[in-house]
Amino acid sequence: MRAVEIKNLYFKYQNEWVLENINLEVEDGEFVAIVGPNGGGKTTLLRLMLGFLKPTEGEIKIYGKPPKEASSFMGYVPQYTSFSLDIPITVFDIVLQGRLERGKFFYSKKDKKKALEIMEKLKIKDFKDRKIKDLSGGQRQKVLIARALVSEPKIVLMDEPTSAIDPKGQKEILDLIESMQITRVVVSHDIKILLRNVDKIVYIHKKAVIHEGPKLNIPKDKHFCEVELIEFLKADECGI
Amino acid sequence: MWDLISNSVYAGILLSIAIGIIGSLIVINKATSITGSIAHGSFGGIGIGIYFGINILLSTTVFTLFLALILAFITIYYKHRSDSLIGVIWALGMSVGIIFLSLSSGYHADALSYLFGNILLVENSDIFMMAGVDLLLLISIIVLYNRFLAMSYDMEFLKVRGINAEILYTYFLILTSLTIVMSVRAIGIILILALFTIPPLIAERFTKKFYLMMVLSGVLSLIFVVGGIILSYYFDLSPTPVIVIIAALGLFLSMFKKG
Repeated sequence: MRAVEIKNLYFKYQNEWVLENINLEVEDGEFVAIVGPNGGGKTTLLRLMLGFLKPTEGEIKIYGKPPKEASSFMGYVPQYTSFSLDIPITVFDIVLQGRLERGKFFYSKKDKKKALEIMEKLKIKDFKDRKIKDLSGGQRQKVLIARALVSEPKIVLMDEPTSAIDPKGQKEILDLIESMQITRVVVSHDIKILLRNVDKIVYIHKKAVIHEGPKLNIPKDKHFCEVELIEFLKADECGI
Repeated sequence: MWDLISNSVYAGILLSIAIGIIGSLIVINKATSITGSIAHGSFGGIGIGIYFGINILLSTTVFTLFLALILAFITIYYKHRSDSLIGVIWALGMSVGIIFLSLSSGYHADALSYLFGNILLVENSDIFMMAGVDLLLLISIIVLYNRFLAMSYDMEFLKVRGINAEILYTYFLILTSLTIVMSVRAIGIILILALFTIPPLIAERFTKKFYLMMVLSGVLSLIFVVGGIILSYYFDLSPTPVIVIIAALGLFLSMFKKG
């Protein structure tokens, strides 16, 4: 079964088309990077895949189910900068939130064990009793990744996971994403992600997918080549 | 002296429990202006109760619950303009109250008592209502602690986990409304906001677990309320402003703590 299947997707916001005729397929276990300039619609596409927004037309299936019914096997990593740092909440509290689900009100011993295991794996266990505000940007992002992974999802969707993080932290986060054995869909305007071992690049520009395919199969497409991608990819691949 | 202030001390204890729980949730959810809107808007319920000659507590409860539902709708579906719309509801509720009061015959000293409150004048019926709301708050926070904490930190993640975050947020505003109704006679509409937010704001600076924040803000509320009652008794002052001034002094002192 395909991890993600998007067919003829259109999305309109306040009478303006944000996405038009998007078609996308992601296979199980693939590492997909959705890139493109700001305002091109990539975060909107991610939010549609998460079920936060409803398509105007078309359909999205995550492992065969609509996004709202896919919560049991979907993980989500937002940008760490979106949250208040003043809330009295520890790293352990945040990671445990990934074990919440419909009908469940209290954490079991198994939940706590799983949370500690994933924190150990991501090397953040030593910070478990610290307040989130006492961590660096990279560490905070790792906490959010741990929260997404603790529910053992089949697919994890990430929104700008390397944004506002120092270069060392960015490398650690990208290493971590690369090493995961599950389906990963990463939205990023940081095209350094393309230097990684991605299976598929989805380039969204001006409301539409301009390119979908593996890195080695980049088309000689004007839209695709005229943007910042050229800095990181061989010029001859773009025919320039 | 005890006979005169015993009810107010009991009310202070019950208020502190409520402030510890709901005040902490208000602060970490950044719902201070929503709380102000419900509190001030509740004056509409008071005006309606006086005009129609019905039980003021009942009319205020129904009216504030109605406001809570409108505000939940606004904050969920009109997020980009929620700040302004919250202000509109704030003024609208008060306007309804003023219009119904002006249509009512006679002078309504009781309406003013709801505006400024007086914890020294609470009656046994108020104490029973406060105990009932406290019980509901305690049960709710025990059962929903993990969800409320997750909602406060990242509401969208709760949705990804398949939990209806909108219903949870609406329930939080309903609890806030009931706590406001139970506090109106003791604290008064105008100063509720200060007492609901100052103790949690101080507690937040000294705790790294949310349940500790709730406990500490409850203890601080008790100190401020009982301290205010004693001082106002001896100096013959209105208790609520004295309580708020003591709490504000506490807040300024806490700001010397770094971090």
